[in-house]
Amino acid sequence: MSTAPAEPDLRQTLARVWANKPGLVGALGQVNHKTIGVRYMVTALAFFVVGGLEALVIRAQLASPNAGLVSPELYNQLFTMHGSTMMFLFVVPFLEGLAIYLVPLMIGTRDMAFPRLNAFGYWVYLFAGLALHVGLLAGVAPDAGWFNYPPLSGPGYSLGPHIDYWVATITLLEVAALAAAVELIVTILRQRAPGMTLSRMPLFVWSALVMAFMIVFAMPPLVVTSLFLGLDRFAGMHFFNVAAGGEPLLWQHLFWFFGHPDVYIMLVPVQGAVSMIVPAFARRPLAGYRWAVLSLVAIGFVSFGLWVHHMYAAGLPVLGTSFFAGASMMITIPSAVLIFAWILTLWRGRLRLELPLLFVIGFLVLLILGGITGIMLASQPFDTQVHDTYFVVAHFHYVLFGGVVFPIFAAIYYWFPKVTGRMLGKRLGHAHFWLFLLGFNVTFFPMHLLGFDGMPRRVYTYLPGLGWESNNLLATIGAFILALGALAFTINFFASLLGGRRAGDDPWQAGTLEWATASPPPIYNFAALPAVDDLEPRWTEGPDPRPRPVASVAFDAPGDVRREVLATTALDARPEHRVPLPASSLWPLALAASVTLAFVGAMTHLGLVVVGAALSALALVGWFRQANPAPEAPR
Amino acid sequence: MTRARPFIASALLAAGCQGPHSVLSPAGPAARSIEGLWWVLFWGTIVAAALTIVLIVFVVLRRRRVPGPGTVDARREDRWLLVTGVAIPAAIVLTLLVATFRTAEQVARPPTEPALTIDVVGHQFWWEVRYPDHGVVTANEIHIPVGRPVRLRLGSADVIHSFWVPRLAGKMDMTPGHVTELWLEADSPGVYRGQCAELCGVQHALMAFLVVAQPDAELAAWLEAQARPAAAPVTDASARGLTVYRQFDCVACHAVRGLTRPQQARAPGPDLTHLSSRRTLAAVTLPMSRGNLAGWILDPQAHKPGNRMPATTLTPDQLHDLLAFLEGLR
Repeated sequence: MSTAPAEPDLRQTLARVWANKPGLVGALGQVNHKTIGVRYMVTALAFFVVGGLEALVIRAQLASPNAGLVSPELYNQLFTMHGSTMMFLFVVPFLEGLAIYLVPLMIGTRDMAFPRLNAFGYWVYLFAGLALHVGLLAGVAPDAGWFNYPPLSGPGYSLGPHIDYWVATITLLEVAALAAAVELIVTILRQRAPGMTLSRMPLFVWSALVMAFMIVFAMPPLVVTSLFLGLDRFAGMHFFNVAAGGEPLLWQHLFWFFGHPDVYIMLVPVQGAVSMIVPAFARRPLAGYRWAVLSLVAIGFVSFGLWVHHMYAAGLPVLGTSFFAGASMMITIPSAVLIFAWILTLWRGRLRLELPLLFVIGFLVLLILGGITGIMLASQPFDTQVHDTYFVVAHFHYVLFGGVVFPIFAAIYYWFPKVTGRMLGKRLGHAHFWLFLLGFNVTFFPMHLLGFDGMPRRVYTYLPGLGWESNNLLATIGAFILALGALAFTINFFASLLGGRRAGDDPWQAGTLEWATASPPPIYNFAALPAVDDLEPRWTEGPDPRPRPVASVAFDAPGDVRREVLATTALDARPEHRVPLPASSLWPLALAASVTLAFVGAMTHLGLVVVGAALSALALVGWFRQANPAPEAPR
Repeated sequence: MTRARPFIASALLAAGCQGPHSVLSPAGPAARSIEGLWWVLFWGTIVAAALTIVLIVFVVLRRRRVPGPGTVDARREDRWLLVTGVAIPAAIVLTLLVATFRTAEQVARPPTEPALTIDVVGHQFWWEVRYPDHGVVTANEIHIPVGRPVRLRLGSADVIHSFWVPRLAGKMDMTPGHVTELWLEADSPGVYRGQCAELCGVQHALMAFLVVAQPDAELAAWLEAQARPAAAPVTDASARGLTVYRQFDCVACHAVRGLTRPQQARAPGPDLTHLSSRRTLAAVTLPMSRGNLAGWILDPQAHKPGNRMPATTLTPDQLHDLLAFLEGLR
């Protein structure tokens, strides 16, 4: 081991060995995890804007009773697209992108285990998202809600291609999610810097690992059930067709067996991100690190045993639903452990109230409010009153907007300087935060009351005289305040990107490895591979840490520098062997395009499925022939 | 839609449905049990949540500037976490679970065995209501006794609907291929609004119904009147109206017991035998009146776009005759 800084000529060699190809072909063939991560995040934010605009139309329509801004058909498409966009195209891909960008930096490696798979996942995600929105532009977007219950979504009641779009593109998206999950699991388990045992792994990496395992177990049921629905629709099968002995409740079980863990696929990684931000701004390590890890893992497990709480009104036996009520309420405990670990850390730390922490505070308050309505909804008799009403809409926006989007913005303010080398502006940042906090509560708090007053969700209009007018108007006003906040962020984003204050390598003096290299990081991440002896390898011990240099290991043989990463053991990260990584490649793009073609064929012309499958096979042949690069000639 | 607006404004008042529709103003034992549970859930969680939020605000405002003690006392912190993060939440949650299970038992079964059974079938986008023991078939209006539970057997003719009367009971899905059960009881006479609570297609929004709670004598009279077949037309106009009714194919979907033979319905619509005795039209979208009936028949898609009823082109005379016939269906 040595602490000596890497030689300048090593940096040059590394930059040459890891360099991307220039030009358009180079851009399309990039496989570096930072490029892929940024692409995921930027695309996801673009979809966030689209989903937000869809929500604004919804709120404008509901501002007054009997409004005629959109037709009922278009309205049903809009709320279906809003939900599908926000969950499938914004939150989950953003968090995958964040993990793809940050995990290798946090664990001290140069790239992820399967760089081409990474690129493939991104292209599939992009194509699926675009295909779904082509449907909206053509006026044939899915219209049966994001959970798409048959028989309404089945062949007998949904004519035209609406649901075909949903089945094909959502299944396609899950292919991307699974690619990212496999990638994260292998990278996290086998590429941590020497010395980074599991008990020294940063909490965001833990949360990415839990998220990835949840994706692996939660997405296949969705793929299967979408396939069933597709077979009902395209091939005249009867999985959900009552007349032929099918069972609509089968869809609900399979969908929610995916759907509930999906909520925690979104919550767990932001809880990990918050667990990084809180120590950085409290200037001390997180209190109860082990309990926090245990809580993240526990949430991952328990979230698979809750799905029936979405089905309390389906007429299932009381004894059965009672088990799910108990399990649902049990989630309170690991969540409370995490919340109090953050509070305790803030309490016993020296706070710097910067923008990321401000968003974390907003997140904490909103998550607690969304959490208590979650406990209420877990209680099955109470749920039968407010299920499928605006009370539920209020609850899940407190959890998903307050509990996920707020910390996503905390993460953006925190890691923007890492990615770009520049700070996001403070003044617009504060405007963004306060507009969001105000707009959020004005939009979503009145929805609790609307639910109590009997307003069901998914109604394109309502009659006057039910007492729903004022709360709906209030919610609409709030939505436009939220939009102003998003506008402030957008301006801030571009202005800071072009002319923001230079951040330096380490603007927050944080303790973890991603800040141990330049900002933005060089393409090879670390010239000298770090060696880790603590959870915060950049901090001295104790409650008021000071920076200290990170130890490093010699990895690159002088004169024989290759595109390689160090594989270490899964539990205690002992160095094992070198793994050569492939360079830029156009095959991921070709394969993604072929797979997309096959899926598009499923909703248009079955001949395209055959063509797409044949092209996919060809692309795979090309992919594997390229195999791993030949060793670089010794110089 | 615009044309219908002034009428709609009074639809619920005309139906005699007044006051709040809130789950927090229960009018029957099941809804009252759940309202009681809500207050337990509310106080059980809000106190802890409020204290936690106050703690967060306090911690942030206080902003310690001096470094803490020399070392992090991990054991003390873990103990604090186990109390705040495990012990206290577990105690709260267990208490709430006990209350939940008690209420679940209470609302699962009616206090006394229901004497009356009503079948309700959800359709896109209306409610078929049958009293199997009385030979009554009607739509979008359920009459029940006061102070005694009734048993509802819920089914669906097409997609999933959900049956919900906020002031009387929690909701219950109507899933094709299943018959689910729910019991309803109202404390006092009145009209209670109900509404479909599961997305069922393009007119899910305007798929409401009324529950009319009546004293026993009134209910018995209502049941007897509804069980009778339709009265034959008594005026010339209404007799011509019956011809119009047959000529324009209304019979294809709507039965009028005693006058038109039930056909193999293309798409079954509400039974019209006692249409004019109902309080509303089109699943509580319009109050029942001659004007609304005329507007509905001529252009149903203007009032409830996407519903299954096609527009009918009638001469003024034909319309008058048809209305005379329909108004005779009491």
